[in-house]
Amino acid sequence: MKYMDEFRDPATAKKLVAEIHKLASTALSQREPLQIMEFCGGHTHTLFKYGIESMLPDNIEMVHGPGCPVCVLPMARVDDCVAIAEQPGVIFTTFGDAMRVPGTRKSLLQAKADGCDVRMVYSPMDALALARKNPEREVVFFALGFETTMPSTALTLLQAHREGLKNFSLFCNHITTPATMRAILTDPDLRLDGFLAPGHVSMVIGTHPYDFVTRDYHKPLVITGFEPLDMLQALWMLVKQFAEGRCEVENQYARIVPEAGNVAGLKAIAEVYETREHSEFRGLGNIGDAGIQIREAYAAYDAEKKFGLPFDFAQGAVGYDPEHLKCADVLRGVIKPWECPAFAKTCNPQNPLGALMVSPEGSCAAYYAYGKLAKRKETA
Amino acid sequence: MCLGIPGQITELVDLEFLVAKVDIGGVKRDVIITCVVDDEHPAESCIGDWVLVHAGFAMSRLDEEDAARTLALLAELGDMQAEMEIMRQVGASA
Repeated sequence: MKYMDEFRDPATAKKLVAEIHKLASTALSQREPLQIMEFCGGHTHTLFKYGIESMLPDNIEMVHGPGCPVCVLPMARVDDCVAIAEQPGVIFTTFGDAMRVPGTRKSLLQAKADGCDVRMVYSPMDALALARKNPEREVVFFALGFETTMPSTALTLLQAHREGLKNFSLFCNHITTPATMRAILTDPDLRLDGFLAPGHVSMVIGTHPYDFVTRDYHKPLVITGFEPLDMLQALWMLVKQFAEGRCEVENQYARIVPEAGNVAGLKAIAEVYETREHSEFRGLGNIGDAGIQIREAYAAYDAEKKFGLPFDFAQGAVGYDPEHLKCADVLRGVIKPWECPAFAKTCNPQNPLGALMVSPEGSCAAYYAYGKLAKRKETA
Repeated sequence: MCLGIPGQITELVDLEFLVAKVDIGGVKRDVIITCVVDDEHPAESCIGDWVLVHAGFAMSRLDEEDAARTLALLAELGDMQAEMEIMRQVGASA
Protein backbone atom coordinates (compact mmCIF):
# COMPACT_ATOMS: atom_id res chain seq x y z
CA MET A 1 0.00 0.00 0.00
CA LYS A 2 1.10 3.55 -0.58
CA TYR A 3 4.17 4.57 1.44
CA MET A 4 4.11 1.38 3.47
CA ASP A 5 7.02 -0.45 1.84
CA GLU A 6 9.17 2.67 1.82
CA PHE A 7 8.64 3.24 5.54
CA ARG A 8 9.49 -0.37 6.37
CA ASP A 9 12.79 -0.67 4.50
CA PRO A 10 15.05 -2.87 6.68
CA ALA A 11 18.30 -1.47 5.29
CA THR A 12 17.33 2.09 6.21
CA ALA A 13 16.14 0.87 9.62
CA LYS A 14 19.55 -0.70 10.27
CA LYS A 15 21.29 2.54 9.41
CA LEU A 16 18.97 4.57 11.63
CA VAL A 17 19.56 2.17 14.51
CA ALA A 18 23.31 2.61 14.01
CA GLU A 19 22.87 6.41 14.12
CA ILE A 20 20.89 6.17 17.36
CA HIS A 21 23.57 3.93 18.91
CA LYS A 22 26.30 6.33 17.87
CA LEU A 23 24.51 9.32 19.37
CA ALA A 24 23.64 7.40 22.53
CA SER A 25 27.22 6.25 23.11
CA THR A 26 28.70 9.70 22.69
CA ALA A 27 26.06 12.08 24.01
CA LEU A 28 24.00 10.25 26.64
CA SER A 29 24.82 9.19 30.17
CA GLN A 30 25.89 5.57 30.29
CA ARG A 31 24.55 5.05 33.79
CA GLU A 32 21.13 6.71 33.88
CA PRO A 33 19.08 5.47 30.94
CA LEU A 34 17.01 8.05 29.09
CA GLN A 35 13.34 7.33 29.75
CA ILE A 36 11.18 8.06 26.74
CA MET A 37 7.42 7.61 26.89
CA GLU A 38 5.53 6.60 23.79
CA PHE A 39 2.13 7.93 24.77
CA CYS A 40 0.11 6.03 22.19
CA GLY A 41 -0.82 2.34 22.28
CA GLY A 42 -0.39 2.17 18.50
CA HIS A 43 3.26 3.10 18.96
CA THR A 44 3.70 0.43 21.66
CA HIS A 45 2.43 -2.03 19.09
CA THR A 46 4.91 -0.90 16.42
CA LEU A 47 7.79 -1.03 18.93
CA PHE A 48 7.00 -4.68 19.70
CA LYS A 49 5.90 -5.84 16.26
CA TYR A 50 9.15 -4.79 14.63
CA GLY A 51 11.34 -5.49 17.64
CA ILE A 52 12.42 -1.85 17.79
CA GLU A 53 12.74 -1.81 21.57
CA SER A 54 15.33 -4.60 21.50
CA MET A 55 17.38 -2.72 18.87
CA LEU A 56 17.84 0.31 21.11
CA PRO A 57 20.97 0.94 23.16
CA ASP A 58 20.85 0.07 26.88
CA ASN A 59 20.81 3.71 27.86
CA ILE A 60 17.48 4.37 26.14
CA GLU A 61 14.44 2.94 27.88
CA MET A 62 10.90 3.06 26.53
CA VAL A 63 8.07 3.72 28.98
CA HIS A 64 4.70 2.67 27.62
CA GLY A 65 2.12 5.38 28.13
CA PRO A 66 -1.63 5.35 28.79
CA GLY A 67 -2.61 6.22 25.23
CA CYS A 68 -5.25 3.58 24.73
CA PRO A 69 -8.72 5.06 25.11
CA VAL A 70 -10.26 1.76 26.16
CA CYS A 71 -7.60 1.24 28.80
CA VAL A 72 -8.18 4.48 30.69
CA LEU A 73 -11.92 3.92 30.85
CA PRO A 74 -13.06 3.46 34.48
CA MET A 75 -15.04 0.27 35.11
CA ALA A 76 -18.02 2.32 36.25
CA ARG A 77 -18.28 3.81 32.77
CA VAL A 78 -18.59 0.31 31.32
CA ASP A 79 -21.31 -0.28 33.91
CA ASP A 80 -23.08 2.81 32.58
CA CYS A 81 -22.83 1.44 29.03
CA VAL A 82 -24.38 -1.83 30.16
CA ALA A 83 -27.10 0.07 32.06
CA ILE A 84 -27.98 1.98 28.87
CA ALA A 85 -27.87 -1.17 26.73
CA GLU A 86 -30.28 -2.83 29.16
CA GLN A 87 -32.96 -0.15 28.63
CA PRO A 88 -35.89 -1.42 26.57
CA GLY A 89 -35.75 -0.46 22.90
CA VAL A 90 -32.08 0.54 22.90
CA ILE A 91 -29.58 -0.41 20.21
CA PHE A 92 -26.18 0.21 21.81
CA THR A 93 -23.37 0.67 19.28
CA THR A 94 -19.65 0.78 19.81
CA PHE A 95 -16.19 0.34 18.29
CA GLY A 96 -15.05 -3.28 18.62
CA ASP A 97 -12.32 -2.47 21.17
CA ALA A 98 -14.86 -1.53 23.81
CA MET A 99 -16.92 -4.72 23.63
CA ARG A 100 -14.75 -6.85 25.90
CA VAL A 101 -13.72 -4.33 28.55
CA PRO A 102 -14.85 -5.66 31.92
CA GLY A 103 -17.25 -3.61 34.02
CA THR A 104 -17.97 -4.39 37.64
CA ARG A 105 -21.03 -6.39 36.56
CA LYS A 106 -20.27 -7.46 33.01
CA SER A 107 -18.75 -6.42 29.70
CA LEU A 108 -20.80 -5.22 26.73
CA LEU A 109 -20.13 -8.59 25.08
CA GLN A 110 -21.65 -10.36 28.07
CA ALA A 111 -24.59 -7.94 27.99
CA LYS A 112 -25.08 -8.89 24.35
CA ALA A 113 -24.99 -12.58 25.24
CA ASP A 114 -27.60 -11.86 27.90
CA GLY A 115 -29.97 -10.48 25.28
CA CYS A 116 -29.13 -6.77 24.99
CA ASP A 117 -28.96 -5.36 21.47
CA VAL A 118 -25.26 -4.39 21.42
CA ARG A 119 -23.74 -3.94 17.98
CA MET A 120 -20.19 -3.35 16.86
CA VAL A 121 -19.85 -0.64 14.21
CA TYR A 122 -16.92 0.57 12.13
CA SER A 123 -17.95 4.22 12.14
CA PRO A 124 -20.28 6.46 14.17
CA MET A 125 -22.00 7.08 10.82
CA ASP A 126 -23.00 3.39 10.84
CA ALA A 127 -24.78 4.06 14.15
CA LEU A 128 -26.52 7.05 12.58
CA ALA A 129 -27.65 4.86 9.67
CA LEU A 130 -29.11 2.42 12.21
CA ALA A 131 -31.05 5.30 13.82
CA ARG A 132 -32.49 6.28 10.44
CA LYS A 133 -33.51 2.69 9.73
CA ASN A 134 -35.02 2.06 13.16
CA PRO A 135 -37.06 5.15 14.08
CA GLU A 136 -38.91 3.23 16.82
CA ARG A 137 -35.65 2.32 18.60
CA GLU A 138 -33.16 4.48 20.55
CA VAL A 139 -29.69 4.21 19.01
CA VAL A 140 -26.79 5.12 21.28
CA PHE A 141 -23.18 5.40 20.12
CA PHE A 142 -20.45 4.93 22.71
CA ALA A 143 -18.20 7.86 21.78
CA LEU A 144 -14.74 7.27 23.19
CA GLY A 145 -11.17 7.91 22.29
CA PHE A 146 -8.65 10.70 22.28
CA GLU A 147 -8.81 13.55 19.75
CA THR A 148 -8.46 11.16 16.80
CA THR A 149 -12.06 10.02 17.12
CA MET A 150 -13.56 13.31 18.35
CA PRO A 151 -14.17 14.97 14.96
CA SER A 152 -15.98 11.91 13.62
CA THR A 153 -18.36 11.68 16.58
CA ALA A 154 -18.91 15.46 16.63
CA LEU A 155 -19.66 15.54 12.89
CA THR A 156 -22.01 12.57 13.27
CA LEU A 157 -23.91 14.38 16.04
CA LEU A 158 -24.11 17.51 13.89
CA GLN A 159 -25.47 15.41 11.03
CA ALA A 160 -28.14 13.89 13.32
CA HIS A 161 -29.04 17.44 14.39
CA ARG A 162 -29.32 18.59 10.77
CA GLU A 163 -31.64 15.71 10.00
CA GLY A 164 -33.66 16.31 13.17
CA LEU A 165 -33.24 12.69 14.29
CA LYS A 166 -34.79 12.21 17.72
CA ASN A 167 -33.65 8.65 18.39
CA PHE A 168 -29.87 9.08 18.23
CA SER A 169 -27.50 9.98 21.05
CA LEU A 170 -23.83 9.81 22.06
CA PHE A 171 -22.54 8.45 25.34
CA CYS A 172 -19.55 10.78 25.45
CA ASN A 173 -16.34 9.45 27.01
CA HIS A 174 -13.76 11.28 24.95
CA ILE A 175 -10.58 12.46 26.59
CA THR A 176 -7.96 14.98 25.59
CA THR A 177 -4.28 14.17 25.13
CA PRO A 178 -2.50 17.34 26.37
CA ALA A 179 -4.36 17.30 29.72
CA THR A 180 -3.55 13.62 30.17
CA MET A 181 0.11 14.35 29.41
CA ARG A 182 0.10 17.10 32.01
CA ALA A 183 -1.22 14.64 34.61
CA ILE A 184 1.59 12.22 33.76
CA LEU A 185 4.18 14.98 33.96
CA THR A 186 3.04 15.94 37.46
CA ASP A 187 3.08 12.32 38.69
CA PRO A 188 5.84 12.13 41.35
CA ASP A 189 6.41 8.39 40.70
CA LEU A 190 7.53 8.95 37.14
CA ARG A 191 10.89 10.06 35.86
CA LEU A 192 10.41 10.87 32.21
CA ASP A 193 12.90 12.57 29.91
CA GLY A 194 10.92 12.97 26.71
CA PHE A 195 7.89 11.98 24.65
CA LEU A 196 7.02 10.38 21.37
CA ALA A 197 3.65 12.06 20.73
CA PRO A 198 0.74 10.33 18.98
CA GLY A 199 0.57 10.88 15.22
CA HIS A 200 -3.14 10.65 14.64
CA VAL A 201 -4.18 12.72 17.66
CA SER A 202 -1.75 15.35 16.37
CA MET A 203 -3.22 15.28 12.87
CA VAL A 204 -6.37 16.67 14.54
CA ILE A 205 -4.92 19.04 17.17
CA GLY A 206 -1.72 20.10 15.38
CA THR A 207 1.65 20.67 17.00
CA HIS A 208 1.05 23.67 19.31
CA PRO A 209 -1.02 22.01 22.05
CA TYR A 210 2.24 20.28 23.09
CA ASP A 211 4.17 23.52 23.53
CA PHE A 212 3.60 23.43 27.31
CA VAL A 213 5.54 20.14 27.54
CA THR A 214 8.75 21.79 26.38
CA ARG A 215 8.04 25.23 27.86
CA ASP A 216 6.75 24.28 31.36
CA TYR A 217 8.31 20.83 31.87
CA HIS A 218 11.43 21.05 29.70
CA LYS A 219 10.83 17.66 28.09
CA PRO A 220 11.56 17.35 24.37
CA LEU A 221 8.76 15.88 22.27
CA VAL A 222 8.62 14.43 18.76
CA ILE A 223 5.31 13.73 17.01
CA THR A 224 5.62 10.51 15.06
CA GLY A 225 3.87 8.09 12.73
CA PHE A 226 3.32 4.37 13.10
CA GLU A 227 5.66 2.77 10.58
CA PRO A 228 8.92 1.36 11.94
CA LEU A 229 11.04 3.97 10.16
CA ASP A 230 8.77 6.73 11.48
CA MET A 231 9.45 5.65 15.05
CA LEU A 232 13.15 5.11 14.51
CA GLN A 233 13.52 8.50 12.90
CA ALA A 234 11.55 10.11 15.74
CA LEU A 235 13.77 8.41 18.33
CA TRP A 236 16.84 9.61 16.45
CA MET A 237 15.40 13.17 16.42
CA LEU A 238 14.68 12.99 20.14
CA VAL A 239 18.14 11.67 21.06
CA LYS A 240 19.65 14.36 18.83
CA GLN A 241 17.77 17.01 20.83
CA PHE A 242 19.37 15.67 24.03
CA ALA A 243 22.77 15.51 22.37
CA GLU A 244 22.50 19.12 21.20
CA GLY A 245 20.93 20.37 24.43
CA ARG A 246 17.71 21.42 22.69
CA CYS A 247 14.15 21.05 23.97
CA GLU A 248 11.57 21.46 21.22
CA VAL A 249 8.33 20.14 19.78
CA GLU A 250 9.32 18.48 16.51
CA ASN A 251 7.11 16.88 13.87
CA GLN A 252 8.42 13.72 12.23
CA TYR A 253 4.98 12.94 10.75
CA ALA A 254 4.56 16.02 8.58
CA ARG A 255 3.08 13.99 5.73
CA ILE A 256 -0.06 13.61 7.88
CA VAL A 257 0.20 16.21 10.67
CA PRO A 258 -0.19 19.89 9.72
CA GLU A 259 1.08 22.41 12.25
CA ALA A 260 -2.41 23.86 12.70
CA GLY A 261 -4.15 20.48 12.90
CA ASN A 262 -7.40 19.77 11.09
CA VAL A 263 -9.38 22.99 10.88
CA ALA A 264 -12.76 21.42 10.04
CA GLY A 265 -12.32 18.75 12.70
CA LEU A 266 -11.36 21.25 15.40
CA LYS A 267 -14.33 23.42 14.48
CA ALA A 268 -16.73 20.49 14.90
CA ILE A 269 -15.12 19.57 18.24
CA ALA A 270 -15.45 23.14 19.53
CA GLU A 271 -19.06 23.33 18.37
CA VAL A 272 -20.19 20.10 20.06
CA TYR A 273 -17.96 19.51 23.09
CA GLU A 274 -16.81 21.33 26.20
CA THR A 275 -14.49 20.45 29.07
CA ARG A 276 -15.98 18.32 31.81
CA GLU A 277 -15.46 19.62 35.30
CA HIS A 278 -14.50 16.25 36.78
CA SER A 279 -13.16 13.29 34.93
CA GLU A 280 -11.86 10.11 36.35
CA PHE A 281 -9.37 7.97 34.46
CA ARG A 282 -8.50 4.46 35.23
CA GLY A 283 -5.05 4.44 36.75
CA LEU A 284 -4.58 8.18 36.67
CA GLY A 285 -7.27 9.22 39.13
CA ASN A 286 -9.05 12.53 38.78
CA ILE A 287 -7.76 14.54 35.86
CA GLY A 288 -9.64 17.76 36.21
CA ASP A 289 -9.90 18.97 32.66
CA ALA A 290 -9.10 15.99 30.43
CA GLY A 291 -12.63 14.71 29.97
CA ILE A 292 -15.17 16.39 27.74
CA GLN A 293 -18.94 16.43 27.52
CA ILE A 294 -21.59 17.46 25.05
CA ARG A 295 -22.59 21.13 25.19
CA GLU A 296 -26.02 22.11 26.52
CA ALA A 297 -27.09 23.20 23.01
CA TYR A 298 -26.92 19.55 21.93
CA ALA A 299 -28.31 18.03 25.15
CA ALA A 300 -30.97 16.21 23.10
CA TYR A 301 -28.16 14.01 21.73
CA ASP A 302 -26.49 13.40 25.08
CA ALA A 303 -27.16 9.83 26.27
CA GLU A 304 -26.18 10.79 29.83
CA LYS A 305 -29.07 13.25 29.97
CA LYS A 306 -31.44 11.13 27.92
CA PHE A 307 -31.04 8.12 30.19
CA GLY A 308 -30.46 10.00 33.47
CA LEU A 309 -27.42 8.00 34.39
CA PRO A 310 -26.94 7.27 38.08
CA PHE A 311 -23.17 7.72 37.95
CA ASP A 312 -21.92 10.75 39.81
CA PHE A 313 -18.71 11.93 38.18
CA ALA A 314 -17.66 14.01 41.15
CA GLN A 315 -17.48 10.86 43.27
CA GLY A 316 -14.90 9.18 41.10
CA ALA A 317 -14.71 5.59 39.96
CA VAL A 318 -11.14 4.50 40.44
CA GLY A 319 -12.01 2.51 43.56
CA TYR A 320 -13.83 0.00 41.43
CA ASP A 321 -10.63 -1.58 40.09
CA PRO A 322 -9.87 -4.94 41.73
CA GLU A 323 -6.97 -4.48 44.10
CA HIS A 324 -4.84 -7.39 42.96
CA LEU A 325 -4.65 -5.97 39.43
CA LYS A 326 -1.85 -3.48 38.90
CA CYS A 327 -3.44 -1.84 35.82
CA ALA A 328 -3.00 1.61 37.35
CA ASP A 329 0.76 1.25 37.81
CA VAL A 330 1.20 -0.22 34.33
CA LEU A 331 -0.87 2.60 32.82
CA ARG A 332 1.30 5.21 34.48
CA GLY A 333 4.45 3.46 33.29
CA VAL A 334 5.59 2.84 36.88
CA ILE A 335 5.82 -0.93 36.41
CA LYS A 336 6.03 -3.23 33.38
CA PRO A 337 3.12 -5.62 32.71
CA TRP A 338 5.12 -8.68 33.80
CA GLU A 339 5.48 -7.11 37.25
CA CYS A 340 1.70 -7.46 37.83
CA PRO A 341 0.93 -10.73 39.67
CA ALA A 342 -2.08 -11.46 37.44
CA PHE A 343 -0.28 -10.87 34.10
CA ALA A 344 -0.33 -13.91 31.79
CA LYS A 345 -1.70 -16.00 34.65
CA THR A 346 -5.28 -15.19 35.61
CA CYS A 347 -5.33 -12.21 33.22
CA ASN A 348 -4.78 -13.06 29.54
CA PRO A 349 -6.32 -12.07 26.19
CA GLN A 350 -8.81 -14.96 26.33
CA ASN A 351 -9.96 -13.91 29.77
CA PRO A 352 -8.95 -10.28 30.33
CA LEU A 353 -9.40 -9.05 33.87
CA GLY A 354 -8.05 -5.57 33.26
CA ALA A 355 -8.64 -3.24 30.33
CA LEU A 356 -4.98 -3.21 29.31
CA MET A 357 -5.32 -6.84 28.28
CA VAL A 358 -8.44 -6.22 26.18
CA SER A 359 -7.58 -3.84 23.41
CA PRO A 360 -4.70 -4.80 21.12
CA GLU A 361 -3.45 -1.26 21.81
CA GLY A 362 -3.20 -1.99 25.54
CA SER A 363 0.34 -2.51 26.76
CA CYS A 364 -0.45 -5.79 28.56
CA ALA A 365 -2.03 -7.22 25.40
CA ALA A 366 0.99 -6.08 23.37
CA TYR A 367 3.45 -7.63 25.85
CA TYR A 368 1.44 -10.85 25.81
CA ALA A 369 1.08 -10.98 22.02
CA TYR A 370 4.81 -10.59 21.49
CA GLY A 371 5.75 -13.13 24.14
CA LYS A 372 7.25 -10.64 26.56
CA LEU A 373 6.01 -12.51 29.61
CA ALA A 374 8.93 -11.89 31.92
CA LYS A 375 11.93 -9.61 32.20
CA ARG A 376 14.44 -12.21 31.04
CA LYS A 377 12.47 -12.62 27.83
CA GLU A 378 12.11 -8.90 27.33
CA THR A 379 15.82 -8.41 27.32
CA ALA A 380 16.57 -11.58 25.34
CA MET B 1 -8.94 2.51 17.39
CA CYS B 2 -6.54 5.35 16.73
CA LEU B 3 -4.88 3.85 13.67
CA GLY B 4 -5.85 5.16 10.26
CA ILE B 5 -5.52 3.49 6.90
CA PRO B 6 -4.41 5.29 3.72
CA GLY B 7 -6.89 5.18 0.87
CA GLN B 8 -7.49 6.86 -2.48
CA ILE B 9 -10.67 8.81 -3.30
CA THR B 10 -12.18 7.29 -6.45
CA GLU B 11 -15.55 9.00 -6.84
CA LEU B 12 -17.94 11.42 -5.21
CA VAL B 13 -21.12 9.82 -3.87
CA ASP B 14 -22.94 12.77 -2.35
CA LEU B 15 -21.76 16.35 -2.78
CA GLU B 16 -24.21 17.81 -0.26
CA PHE B 17 -23.20 15.50 2.59
CA LEU B 18 -19.60 15.21 1.38
CA VAL B 19 -19.56 11.45 0.95
CA ALA B 20 -16.93 9.90 -1.33
CA LYS B 21 -15.99 6.39 -2.36
CA VAL B 22 -12.50 5.57 -1.10
CA ASP B 23 -10.40 2.60 -2.19
CA ILE B 24 -8.74 1.29 0.96
CA GLY B 25 -6.37 -1.49 -0.04
CA GLY B 26 -8.83 -2.79 -2.63
CA VAL B 27 -11.93 -2.39 -0.46
CA LYS B 28 -14.24 0.42 -1.52
CA ARG B 29 -16.15 2.23 1.18
CA ASP B 30 -18.25 5.35 1.57
CA VAL B 31 -16.25 7.85 3.56
CA ILE B 32 -17.13 11.32 4.86
CA ILE B 33 -14.64 13.85 3.49
CA THR B 34 -15.71 16.97 5.48
CA CYS B 35 -12.35 17.16 7.27
CA VAL B 36 -10.24 17.23 4.10
CA VAL B 37 -12.36 19.68 2.09
CA ASP B 38 -11.72 23.43 2.16
CA ASP B 39 -11.54 26.39 -0.22
CA GLU B 40 -8.20 25.20 -1.48
CA HIS B 41 -9.44 21.63 -1.97
CA PRO B 42 -13.11 21.70 -3.00
CA ALA B 43 -14.87 18.32 -3.01
CA GLU B 44 -14.92 18.16 -6.81
CA SER B 45 -11.12 18.28 -6.93
CA CYS B 46 -10.56 15.43 -4.47
CA ILE B 47 -10.75 12.48 -6.86
CA GLY B 48 -7.41 10.71 -6.98
CA ASP B 49 -6.25 12.24 -3.68
CA TRP B 50 -4.74 10.04 -0.98
CA VAL B 51 -6.27 10.42 2.47
CA LEU B 52 -5.96 8.79 5.87
CA VAL B 53 -9.26 7.12 6.72
CA HIS B 54 -10.28 6.72 10.28
CA ALA B 55 -13.62 5.24 11.47
CA GLY B 56 -15.32 6.14 8.20
CA PHE B 57 -13.94 9.68 8.02
CA ALA B 58 -11.09 10.98 5.87
CA MET B 59 -9.06 12.78 8.53
CA SER B 60 -6.01 14.04 6.68
CA ARG B 61 -4.50 14.28 3.26
CA LEU B 62 -1.36 12.31 2.73
CA ASP B 63 1.07 14.99 1.73
CA GLU B 64 3.21 13.46 -1.01
CA GLU B 65 5.85 16.19 -0.82
CA ASP B 66 6.29 15.70 2.91
CA ALA B 67 6.36 11.93 2.49
CA ALA B 68 9.04 12.30 -0.17
CA ARG B 69 11.01 14.70 2.04
CA THR B 70 10.95 12.23 4.94
CA LEU B 71 12.09 9.39 2.70
CA ALA B 72 14.84 11.56 1.21
CA LEU B 73 16.06 12.47 4.68
CA LEU B 74 16.07 8.82 5.69
CA ALA B 75 18.03 7.92 2.57
CA GLU B 76 20.47 10.75 3.27
CA LEU B 77 20.91 9.50 6.82
CA GLY B 78 21.77 6.11 5.38
CA ASP B 79 24.30 7.61 2.96
CA MET B 80 25.83 9.65 5.75
CA GLN B 81 26.22 6.51 7.82
CA ALA B 82 27.79 4.62 4.88
CA GLU B 83 30.21 7.48 4.29
CA MET B 84 31.20 7.60 7.97
CA GLU B 85 31.78 3.87 7.81
CA ILE B 86 34.09 4.26 4.81
CA MET B 87 35.90 7.13 6.55
CA ARG B 88 36.38 4.99 9.63
CA GLN B 89 37.66 2.03 7.64
CA VAL B 90 40.00 4.15 5.58
CA GLY B 91 41.12 5.95 8.71
CA ALA B 92 41.85 2.65 10.44
CA SER B 93 43.90 1.19 7.60
CA ALA B 94 45.82 4.42 6.92
